[in-house]
Amino acid sequence: MPDDKRVAVLGAGMHPWGKWGRNFVEYGLAAAGDALGEAGLPWTDIQYVAGADTIRNGYPGFIAGATFAQALGWNGARVSSAYAACASGAQAISNARAQILAGLCDVALVVGADTTPKGFFAPVGGDRRDDPDWLRFHLLGATNPTYFALYARRRMELFGATEADFAAVKVKNARHGLENPNARYRKQVTAEEVLASPMVADPLRLLEICATSDGGAALVLASMDFARRYAGTDDLVTIDAVSTVTPRFPQTVIEMPNFSTDSAIAAATVGPTFKHSVALAAYEEAGISPEDVDMAEVYDLSSALELDWYEDIGLCKEGEAERLLRDGDTTIGGRVPVNPSGGLSCFGEAIPAQAIAQVCELVWQLRGRATGRQVEGARVGITANQGLFGHGSSVIVSR
Amino acid sequence: MPPAKTRLPAIEGWFTVDEHAPALLGSRCTACGNFAFPKETFFCRNPECQGTEFADTELSRTGKVWSFTDACYQPPKPYEAAVPYVPFAIAAVELAAEQMVVMGQVVSGVGVDALTVGTEVELVLDTLYEDDDHEYLVWKWRPCGADDTEETR
Repeated sequence: MPDDKRVAVLGAGMHPWGKWGRNFVEYGLAAAGDALGEAGLPWTDIQYVAGADTIRNGYPGFIAGATFAQALGWNGARVSSAYAACASGAQAISNARAQILAGLCDVALVVGADTTPKGFFAPVGGDRRDDPDWLRFHLLGATNPTYFALYARRRMELFGATEADFAAVKVKNARHGLENPNARYRKQVTAEEVLASPMVADPLRLLEICATSDGGAALVLASMDFARRYAGTDDLVTIDAVSTVTPRFPQTVIEMPNFSTDSAIAAATVGPTFKHSVALAAYEEAGISPEDVDMAEVYDLSSALELDWYEDIGLCKEGEAERLLRDGDTTIGGRVPVNPSGGLSCFGEAIPAQAIAQVCELVWQLRGRATGRQVEGARVGITANQGLFGHGSSVIVSR
Repeated sequence: MPPAKTRLPAIEGWFTVDEHAPALLGSRCTACGNFAFPKETFFCRNPECQGTEFADTELSRTGKVWSFTDACYQPPKPYEAAVPYVPFAIAAVELAAEQMVVMGQVVSGVGVDALTVGTEVELVLDTLYEDDDHEYLVWKWRPCGADDTEETR
């Protein structure tokens, strides 16, 4: 892949996920410090800071790039702050990458961190009758798991997925995350325990729905020229694609926070679903196909949703995800391990940090540093993520 | 017997307050014919269309369940939950004529066991929440042919 289409990852860092209850800036600083340490670069050399915003932590969260830059000590770097719901972290990566590929800077820092409230994500407060996110809670009582459950039930009815399949996803991811020092939940669970946990949104149970977490993640990105000179080697981990495409009309799958899908009546054609199109754009940008992928980090907001992703990122055809899971293909040691980090199942979601954390995991896997969860011989990985209001992302990382 | 509470829509202009045959109020683009719910007022979602004028339109009152679930845990505010909390089912329903899927709660008393993908349902009005003087109404889905004593009680 030509140098003007990719950027190098010099360092990755994370603050462990949990429910620490501290200021989100602390997590971001810790992650940034680790990423800079791994890169061996002083903060003062960073020319661009891309922050991923948190909307639940006031003004400092809305201007995350500047918040982190100030906390690290103003160094004159240019900044950006991005909000794109669950894809905020990927948008921050995209911003930094665009600056580097445009030749506007050589080395950039990407940071996302969050402090989250307990329980269901609720809309931002106030009486806001023009906000669909507020209205779906008020008029329908539709939480995020409501939507995850609609997709899960549809898998059961269309493709014969079972509650045992969904539980098996949780059991797999729990095992993957056991030795991940940044994971919040590091406990093996059995299928029996999953199936005995309380029903939240039929058919999804408490242990199958991702928690809300505190955490922080960071990356140091550089131009290929800078990275070669600095690292003195061609053996670099690179980001080869960052897809942040929006949906195409008509969206025929119900999406958070909407009350309805688009109508398909006026459309000449109905294309791939949004989640599928996010991954397709990444493959096209990287010039590879799903067969080239050795592992994936996908957004398992629910256990069942991980199965949808297998199909959306092209690991198998529609309706075949359960077979992939049952055959062990997506377990570490299998053909194409999915969520070797343990996924959201073991982390919970720290919104602006999560898409960055997915990339951190791929970087460490590709460097052979994923102790206790290593995907042996991996050369190419893909991430996939989706959030509210037409945001999604897919990043392809290779070595 | 206490005086009956005044029945009001929980939101204005989203559905007709017709106790017997209510309908969701969507919009239809006068240029391309695209449906939307809730109503569009100033832009058409169809990227091929420059339309800016929309006719109010009553959407189909019946459809088929695309998928369904329930809310076993009490949703957070601004959902106004009854005390004690009563779980409810939610369905996403395909409307054939409009070629779209619309979500709604399922009437009280009908759980997920009574639903399957493809179940035919119809739109009814039911109580979303109450205060001392008012009953706030919202649209809900009810399996066709289901006993309606609960709803019209």
